[in-house]
Amino acid sequence: MIDRIRNNQLWQLTLANILEKVREPGVLFWGIGFPILMSIGLGLAFTRKPESVRHVALISPDTGTCTIILKDDKLGNTTFRLEKMSWEEAMVQLKRGHVNVAVTAGDSGYRYHFDPMNPDAQLTYVRLSPILNRIPAADLIRDPVYEEDLSAATGSEVDALTVTGTRYIDFLIPGMIAMGVMFSCLWGLGYGIIDTRSKKLLRRMIATPMKRSNYLVAMITVRLVMNVIEAGLLMLFAWLAFGITIQGNIPALLILFLAGNIAFSGIGIFLACHTSKTEIGNAFINVISMPMMVLSGIFFSYHNFPDWAIPIIKPLPLTMLADGIRSIFIEGAGFAQTTIPSLILTATGILFFTVGLKLFKWH
Amino acid sequence: MSPSPVIEVRNVFKSFKTVQAVCGVDLTILPGQFVALLGPNGAGKTTLVEMIEGIQKPDRGEIRILGKLWKGYEKELRKIIGLSLQETRYIEKLTAWETLRLFASFFNLGPERVEEALQLVGLEEKRKAYTVNLSGGQRQRLALGIALINHPRILLLDEPTTGLDPNARREIWEILRNLRRTSDTSMILTTHYMEEAEQLCEQIVIIHEGKILKEGTMKELLNEDPSLKNLDDLFTALTGRRLHD
Repeated sequence: MIDRIRNNQLWQLTLANILEKVREPGVLFWGIGFPILMSIGLGLAFTRKPESVRHVALISPDTGTCTIILKDDKLGNTTFRLEKMSWEEAMVQLKRGHVNVAVTAGDSGYRYHFDPMNPDAQLTYVRLSPILNRIPAADLIRDPVYEEDLSAATGSEVDALTVTGTRYIDFLIPGMIAMGVMFSCLWGLGYGIIDTRSKKLLRRMIATPMKRSNYLVAMITVRLVMNVIEAGLLMLFAWLAFGITIQGNIPALLILFLAGNIAFSGIGIFLACHTSKTEIGNAFINVISMPMMVLSGIFFSYHNFPDWAIPIIKPLPLTMLADGIRSIFIEGAGFAQTTIPSLILTATGILFFTVGLKLFKWH
Repeated sequence: MSPSPVIEVRNVFKSFKTVQAVCGVDLTILPGQFVALLGPNGAGKTTLVEMIEGIQKPDRGEIRILGKLWKGYEKELRKIIGLSLQETRYIEKLTAWETLRLFASFFNLGPERVEEALQLVGLEEKRKAYTVNLSGGQRQRLALGIALINHPRILLLDEPTTGLDPNARREIWEILRNLRRTSDTSMILTTHYMEEAEQLCEQIVIIHEGKILKEGTMKELLNEDPSLKNLDDLFTALTGRRLHD
């Protein structure tokens, strides 16, 4: 019995596929290491810290730094570093994003120079100006460290809420899971098939009694298993490093995840159905994945795009998958919210799969 | 009564866009016969062999394997054919043994046959080597092992030694000569090396621009004109160019 399974072509195709993947260190890095590294990087860069430091250019002929520290129990401490520099230098630092406000001191007080469309610069201005305006420039230069406790002022009217799922990392992780599924299916499945065709291996294999469906089933199965492992490891990491947990319905998440895999596997097979040139495959994958990566709200909310674009962005498969996973993760959603996206994703996958298979070039 | 042919090619034509690759070829292969399709690059050898392999369909004409057409008998015919294509690259990080094991499974064969095939092509010591780390000659022997894994009644080899050094080429020849001694497999081999055709095949078919110019045994081909010393001379006499041009 066991021998019969071992000699079975579906099992051997699956095994060959697994061995091919696990023996390639690049697969482990791009599938597992890369999303985790990206989460660490972006998580650290955009997670609000209790101590924040804002750099401001203070236009002055000499150099040095004045420090204004605002203590606040509720809003966290903010340190403004006023770095003395020339106007030219300040413009360079503005362009580099090191400072976002430049301050000039004149007889009539301070003037603030910044891009009014930049919300971060606005915040620096709004928080810094009431304090700075009370300190004459001469005092600031004489005594370069100034400290003020604002806790009492904000204390009474601000209630600190601790709602889970409002940090940037909470937004990011579900998107990373969705993106992982997309890339894994397009590269692992789509590019994998094109590569096999370009090596003439596909042609060689179908010149045997191999069942064609077994080849595709093996590819898709291995991809799905790897995607589950990759997403599992990313979630484990997110839980350990950032304390992220799933608020909503886990079976709904599993079904949505499966639907996402079906959608992108279908798209992967479709894009790989005809060409035997890996360069063309490469271009196809980039053309499909890059716009979605930017538009679908993986790294930042798609509500930043103009209103007319939202109805175009929302039905994209990656948007649907990322929104769905996110709603389960941080909004506590369940089947009520995710059934329709799951069905649409499944239908998308089946449609692309069917058309892809019709056009599929085996030799 | 002569034995019934294993392969019959009748008036076959095939063209691609603007190129007429094969035009009006007839060919008959008998059981146990080793036949060389000899011709320069672009003569139409590969197209002809791929049509016999059932990978390509002729535009016109008919190909029968053991009296059967490809259409309707594909499943059956795939089981009795062994082949190697030009320049197939296998899964890089799969060992020689694993690659043979994969192909064996397509024929429902187990590890015993994999072992036999490894011995047949002399790759026992390379069983654990990834295919990407095999030399050109070893890779061709692996391709031959895959072609032989199912005890094929018909073996179709497309330029099995192109690009190999003389030693590696002789190793392949040795394997094929052994096969000829020990089995009743019929073989078609395409080549542009006249030595390969002479060494391995009793029947030589000279192809040029999609047509068969001449066929017969070495003797028959060279006896026609005493001034011909070898097949290359014959080819030059027929076409005005040399096999390697």
